[in-house]
Amino acid sequence: MSYLSVTDADREAMLAAIGVSTVDELFQDIPAGMRYREELAVKPALSEAELQRHFEELAAKNVVDEICFLGAGIYDHYVPAVVDAVLQRGELLTAYTPYQPEMSQGVLQAIFEYQTAICELTGMDVSNASGYDGTTVAADACFVAKHATGRAKVVVTEATNPQVRQVVKTYAPGFGLEVVEVPHEGGATDPARVREAAENAAAVIFQQPNFFGVLEAAPDLAAAANDAGAMPIAHVDLVSLGVLEAPGAYGCAMAIGEGQSAGNAMSYGGPHYGFLAARSDYMRRLPGRIVGETVDAAGERGYVLTLQTREQHIRREKATSNITTNQTLLALAGLVHLSLLGPQGLRELGETCLALAQHAKAELQKAGLELAFPDKATFKEFAVRTGRNAREALAAARTKGVYAGYPLGRDYPGLDDTLLVAVTEKRTVGEIAQLVEALA
Amino acid sequence: MKLIYEKSQSGRRGIGVPQPPAGLDVPEVPPELRRKEPPRLPELAEPEVLRHFTQLSTRNFGIDTGFYPLGSCTMKYNPRINERLVGLAGFAQLHPLVEDDAAQGALELEWELERYLLEITGLDAVSLQPAAGSQGELTGLMLFHAYFADRDEDEQRTNIVIPDTAHGTNPASVTMAGYKLTPVRTDARGNIDVDDLRTKVDENTAGLMLTNPSTLGLFDENIEEIERIFHGAGALMYYDGANLNAVCGISRPGDMGFDVVHINLHKTFSQPHGGGGPGGGPIAVRGILEPFLPVPVVARDGDTFRLDYDRPKSIGKVRAFSGPFGVFVRSYAFMRSYGPGLKEMSEVAVLNANYMLARLKSTYDLPYERLCMHEFVLSARALKREHGVSALDVAKRLMDYGFHPPTIYFPLVVPEALMIEPTESEAKETLDAFCDAMLAIAREAAEEPETVHEAPHSRPVKRLDEVRAAKEVVVKYRFEDHPAGERQLEAQKGA
Repeated sequence: MSYLSVTDADREAMLAAIGVSTVDELFQDIPAGMRYREELAVKPALSEAELQRHFEELAAKNVVDEICFLGAGIYDHYVPAVVDAVLQRGELLTAYTPYQPEMSQGVLQAIFEYQTAICELTGMDVSNASGYDGTTVAADACFVAKHATGRAKVVVTEATNPQVRQVVKTYAPGFGLEVVEVPHEGGATDPARVREAAENAAAVIFQQPNFFGVLEAAPDLAAAANDAGAMPIAHVDLVSLGVLEAPGAYGCAMAIGEGQSAGNAMSYGGPHYGFLAARSDYMRRLPGRIVGETVDAAGERGYVLTLQTREQHIRREKATSNITTNQTLLALAGLVHLSLLGPQGLRELGETCLALAQHAKAELQKAGLELAFPDKATFKEFAVRTGRNAREALAAARTKGVYAGYPLGRDYPGLDDTLLVAVTEKRTVGEIAQLVEALA
Repeated sequence: MKLIYEKSQSGRRGIGVPQPPAGLDVPEVPPELRRKEPPRLPELAEPEVLRHFTQLSTRNFGIDTGFYPLGSCTMKYNPRINERLVGLAGFAQLHPLVEDDAAQGALELEWELERYLLEITGLDAVSLQPAAGSQGELTGLMLFHAYFADRDEDEQRTNIVIPDTAHGTNPASVTMAGYKLTPVRTDARGNIDVDDLRTKVDENTAGLMLTNPSTLGLFDENIEEIERIFHGAGALMYYDGANLNAVCGISRPGDMGFDVVHINLHKTFSQPHGGGGPGGGPIAVRGILEPFLPVPVVARDGDTFRLDYDRPKSIGKVRAFSGPFGVFVRSYAFMRSYGPGLKEMSEVAVLNANYMLARLKSTYDLPYERLCMHEFVLSARALKREHGVSALDVAKRLMDYGFHPPTIYFPLVVPEALMIEPTESEAKETLDAFCDAMLAIAREAAEEPETVHEAPHSRPVKRLDEVRAAKEVVVKYRFEDHPAGERQLEAQKGA
């Protein structure tokens, strides 16, 4: 099956207009030694019906019917049907970056509304149109901080998502940045240790709630960074921001995070979107697309890509980033979900997660399991000791149809017996009882 | 039209949320961490939310709406079956951190996608991780660093050579990777100027970044000599796969001598562009670079698949997990539907472009008198000089004829550039209609230039003032200018 319109008659007419006799002649500029003369060694073409069947078979080899208590950065939140309906509008789905604003007011206005939502949630002044995911926006933020402060070190708390830390470390050498990690103590970060590490640092990145689900003393961490002249950068979960304070309200310079929680399916890790917002001081240093309001020739309000002198297609090697294609459609999904929730719905979503997670903690403790960080307040995720190797505990739970969590030993030596358990609004009291039974 | 915030009414609800079951308390968040001011998210009922975004969609133009010959972006048809496939529960509801035994279908798909990319590029190993072409570029340059560091040459090799026709992403990636840029000129036929190149490649050169065919839509006729120059100097070669749609099954970057290639899955392999993204930018590499690829790598043991993190020389990670999986589903489906016919896909893309070029080159200036590949660049220089009608004016007027404009003012080496890429998806009648419009606009430029200057006349907005947007910066809704009470009254007046 192909998606081509050309007929033999078309081909003849077009070749005649061009003035060549075969399609092959069109490739005469390619040196003979570089022509590939064999047929591509790939499987035969499939019809649409065959395609459907083959992909159903592949999908059936994945296991998605176990009760999901797995989180660690990607969460099993509910995605409303209206999100899918909007994303399947061809005018939005099959457009590209709105370089021609008169053709693209729909996407431009949607991004402007998205930027507004992100600023409202994070308490910041400016948001970009999205980054690739929750890890790459951390690297982007480091680039902003390096150039804003002229300093050559960034501090990342060890209780920040390990993949975020890995990506920052991969990017850092190119930026000329050293990465320093501040260890957690009992599941949370000590502001005094952050203050020490932040001396001469460009930024301090911390996560709230942190990777263990624990609520950090975020205002104190931000204050420690500010005290050292480093930019406090909070990595936050959009779903938490109906109940947890906005980073802008406790002194952060930037707020970043993984947007999947709002509007995106888990989809084995992507595509999702990263959000990145900042105080206005950093506006002209931000990476990525930004949409601004303006007027048209008749004086009517409209929207355009703006501050483009930051970007690669104008500034080339002096750009603030190389990003071009971003994650607009996934960010739009986030906007639609947040618009359906409204302030009240977002708060309730947070409260339901809080209540169910608290219930799960209590029930697990009643069944004799210990929390890894018992004295710490958490949001929708918590660490529990399984009394044996956590991967074994996970395997045993799976035989009972429960995917019980994420084995923290993968990233944190010393927590080999600990599972990170996520409880979203989709989980029920009955499913939590199954979790307890599967782990007890 | 109104912003969604201007349609909001206090107390209105969209979607309901599961409430905590009876008897369960919501634990107290410590007061210093609790949110004080609720975010001013929109408050609308579900029907109004759907209607708002539907209304926005009608103010947008996609491939589904019409012809979208945006050069360099490969705006081809996005098959709807692929959207159905990516939504299968076994894909959409799969958590990325499950143990490998629970993701065998996903890993098999990734593995098979890699085989297609290897066959098409003629290289030895793939990383699917990069999220877009630009990130593929950066990842490739990180591999350069790692390769040379492994040979104790990293400190010496500081420069990356890039032609002046390159996408802006190339030089931006060079800076982000901590390299220095060495520009090289384009010669009179639109190839890299090999004489200029020879003076610029030496023991300090880490490598080349090249798009081939170039952003001029021309295949570099000196590619064999270029390969000898770089590999002769011990340097590496990076292929920007932005224009791979011209050469699938026709010429392979690995056979041209390139050591790293990124593939824009959203271009050549039809991941929908989504109004700006998502994309996918896997890289394929020669065996010498495989040890340095990002982790995890998909590995196969007999009939089972696993994610391999045990790569001691890996550069690390450039994004989370193994990559944007939903993009892989769509692109792999696209490849499976063409099979070996991917070659015909590229042939038709090139045929379509040359046909349009033949129809337009006597009316618009053609800077390099050659056959083109999958796209071509014309200049509106003469229209500008004779009638004061610029490439921008032509672009805006095309909107009135029902077409998305081509890319304009790029590449920078061509003044008043119009970069046209039809892709293989379009019927001859569509190509003809677009060419007819281009020819009509050239006549209008002479006869009624003000019609062209004032275009578009048919869009929801007139030409927008981009200078004002950058000067008087408004990048979010200004609630403070519209107090809550006033906003409610406005909202009650309707859309």
